Amino acid sequence: MNDNVVIEKSNQISGLQMFAELVTELSSSTKTNDKLQSLIDYFATAPDADKVWVIALFSGRRPRRAVNLTLMREWCIGLIQIPDWLFTECHHTVGDFSETLALLLSEIKIQQHQDEDLSYYLEKFISIEKEDESIKKKFIVDSWQQMTPEEKFVFNKLITGSFRIGVSQKTIVNALAKVIDLSPSVIAHRISGNWDPMTTSFNELLSETASVTDFSKPYPFYLAYAIDDKVENLGEPNLWQAEWKWDGIRGQMIKRNNELFVWSRGEELMTDKFPEYFILKDLLPDGVVLDGEIIPAVDGKPLPFSVLQTRIGRKNISKKQLQEAPISFFAYDLLEYNYEDWREKSLSERRNKLEEILFSFQNKSIQLSEKINFDSWNELAATRKKSRDNNSEGIMLKRKDSVYKVGRKRGDWWKWKIDPLTIDCVMVYAAKGSGRRSNLYTDYTFAVKDGNELITFTKAYSGLTDKEFAEIDQFVKRNSLEKFGPVRTVKPELVFEIAFEGIATSNRHKSGVALRFPRMNRWRKDKTVDEINTLDDLKEMLRLYGKY
Amino acid sequence: MSNLVSFTDKGLYCEAGNFYIDPWQPVERAVITHGHSDHARFGNKFYLCHQFTKPILELRLGPNNYQTAEWNETIFMNGVKISFHPAGHIIGSSQITLEYQNEVWVISGDYKTEDDGISGKFEPIKCNVFITESTFGLPIYKWKPQQEIYNDIINWISKNKENGKSSILIAYSLGKSQRVLQALKETTETIFAHGAIYNMQQNFIDAGWDLNPVVRITPETPKELLKETVVIAPPGAEGTSWMRKFYPYSIGVCSGWMQVRGNARRRNVDAGFALSDHADWNSLLSTIHETGAEKVFVTHGFQSAFSRYLNEKNIAISDEVKTQFGDEDEEANSPLEIKNEEPENI
Repeated sequence: MNDNVVIEKSNQISGLQMFAELVTELSSSTKTNDKLQSLIDYFATAPDADKVWVIALFSGRRPRRAVNLTLMREWCIGLIQIPDWLFTECHHTVGDFSETLALLLSEIKIQQHQDEDLSYYLEKFISIEKEDESIKKKFIVDSWQQMTPEEKFVFNKLITGSFRIGVSQKTIVNALAKVIDLSPSVIAHRISGNWDPMTTSFNELLSETASVTDFSKPYPFYLAYAIDDKVENLGEPNLWQAEWKWDGIRGQMIKRNNELFVWSRGEELMTDKFPEYFILKDLLPDGVVLDGEIIPAVDGKPLPFSVLQTRIGRKNISKKQLQEAPISFFAYDLLEYNYEDWREKSLSERRNKLEEILFSFQNKSIQLSEKINFDSWNELAATRKKSRDNNSEGIMLKRKDSVYKVGRKRGDWWKWKIDPLTIDCVMVYAAKGSGRRSNLYTDYTFAVKDGNELITFTKAYSGLTDKEFAEIDQFVKRNSLEKFGPVRTVKPELVFEIAFEGIATSNRHKSGVALRFPRMNRWRKDKTVDEINTLDDLKEMLRLYGKY
Repeated sequence: MSNLVSFTDKGLYCEAGNFYIDPWQPVERAVITHGHSDHARFGNKFYLCHQFTKPILELRLGPNNYQTAEWNETIFMNGVKISFHPAGHIIGSSQITLEYQNEVWVISGDYKTEDDGISGKFEPIKCNVFITESTFGLPIYKWKPQQEIYNDIINWISKNKENGKSSILIAYSLGKSQRVLQALKETTETIFAHGAIYNMQQNFIDAGWDLNPVVRITPETPKELLKETVVIAPPGAEGTSWMRKFYPYSIGVCSGWMQVRGNARRRNVDAGFALSDHADWNSLLSTIHETGAEKVFVTHGFQSAFSRYLNEKNIAISDEVKTQFGDEDEEANSPLEIKNEEPENI
């Protein structure tokens, strides 16, 4: 009897169950090839509607959060009867909200196993978004009672957002290319841009004859690796074009069908965030796509990234912001001209046409990202040292004959960044990390000296090896006051060299400074707390390098 | 309530009996709950332990002044009545009961309530004061029945075989390995093992345990012999060149910490099996309930949270205690396995 039930179940595996299995396989396999195979198997067997959603989810398109986390937490606590603080304690240990819920709810017995597809749940999330709390609660609590722990986990993940599974878009694209007869670059282009998984069918999205024209669709970005060899080994300098590497948001500007679209590298449509660009709809020729950097600039000179940060994330931009942080587009490549894909042409050819376009009109909201002239690598190395004066992060090197590739590729394009700024400081607080660092103290706050006091000035999470993190984790556990909640005060003993890309004034931090992209460069086991830098050192750096 | 046991910087101390339980610094007289190295350390003048624990201590600490006891046997030290009761954690693991002037204290050591068939069946003991571990003292830790996990492991092994791979199971040499080996007895004829595992297993067999022998892997073991086999290895071997011999392989880790995905992910292993030798949340609570203790001290693990929970829910009056337990076996949560497994040639 029992055996029959099991067989029947495995034959009628639901779409959600398939997806849960896919997620389990992807998160447990350590090799790209295994992940690729899991995806191929999934795309070969899953329902079409589910496939569309999976593509959408893995490329950052997800429905808005239908239920807020506080409510889900309340309902979970109500079901299993634990104190609120204990939920918090569990959450800090697991490091992931959805998984915490799934683990806490693991004992809830399955009444009747669900047999719905992934698309059913995602569409349901959209349809209950505007409903009363009681309807949402009933749907979610009922669902929990019909799911295995693995299904609960993906279900919670789908509701709460951020589904990061460690699969690159490239792997998704390659898996799709194995299952359907299209080249990876065509697929990459098809699944980018503005489409809605609710209303797009798998065939519309990926069939060779797809006829729906989406004028906003961007091209996949070509990304460079950091150069890891001597620059001299790149060969003849005159084969290479050098540009400043700007510290802004990489973006694509599209003018098609008399409309303007601005995409970020994260494939976010950002057109409305930058009213400065609206005028370009009238100035740019139709059917062009530009690659460049979104960056605040005054008189053609870029401002630090921190200035841009004050604007991103805001729905409405004030007049003051428009005045203080006017945005410009530093264009450095041309991907489409006259509705024609130019990516297979050489960089020199694309660059010539780009210059021609940008010289035909003048507006402060767009400018050519200038080339750096150089005759020898030594000369360029000297120029690179001045990067910080231009608010640039270093130099980009691109082969003049290079085509515009898809994704991060070695060989034709390199970034040659300047060395970061560094400061020695001591760790004073530690908090548990999340994801693969769950239940490990990996998130630290650092301080510099000010007389006899320690002044905190930055946090950092990255830059150490797993082994070092493990060692520090042990130190934190042994040298801290026992305390509830995520943060522990640690005996100020461990000294680190923090590297960062820029420094700016800030009223958020006690120290009065904010660092750009801080990370732990080195654990200075050779140094004691007495030898760390002072607040005055930090202020001197602000004076030297902080432009704003 | 008296202070029959006090918490000193050398360890848990019984002043009336003038002995320590699982001390972490050398003392005159030590009473030992079980053989893991964070509970049984070098340098004590005298060791009292369960008879099954003695061979483990001899293997790890060498010859010493050992005295043994059987389950429920009564031993007096300065008028304090001492007895050993199965803790179900590993072979020989014991709860230690102290009785003095009509008060009963129980020190749990490490324990597991599910009977694994070799570690002894855990029995809760009525007492006034219970000193409990809390390695997995959060409600996110609720174990599946062991048979389900064993089935998962067996299925994983056959899937690996189908794909032409060996299955390397990572398990601590003392405790987890014996349990896993026992679970695979029916389905796998020959099981290969790292030297540390082999030594421990052989030590038990020599002491008269009916455990299945393993084949020791040596530098001479031919690679062809290892194709599509099952290998048990200690955490220290993970990621070392020693593993190359088994290629192609899949790695599975057996540890309660595998309950949380992040742990499995940072270990970068292919499979995690949440198989633990410690009590989960529900068993910790049911055990405390069954002891009837009015006072509960909580040691190594999630002591703050667990102790607070006991107080708030009026389950017992509870305090947390800092100890130096929790450095061996899975307790270490050994996030990334930085400590060294014992050398191969012990």
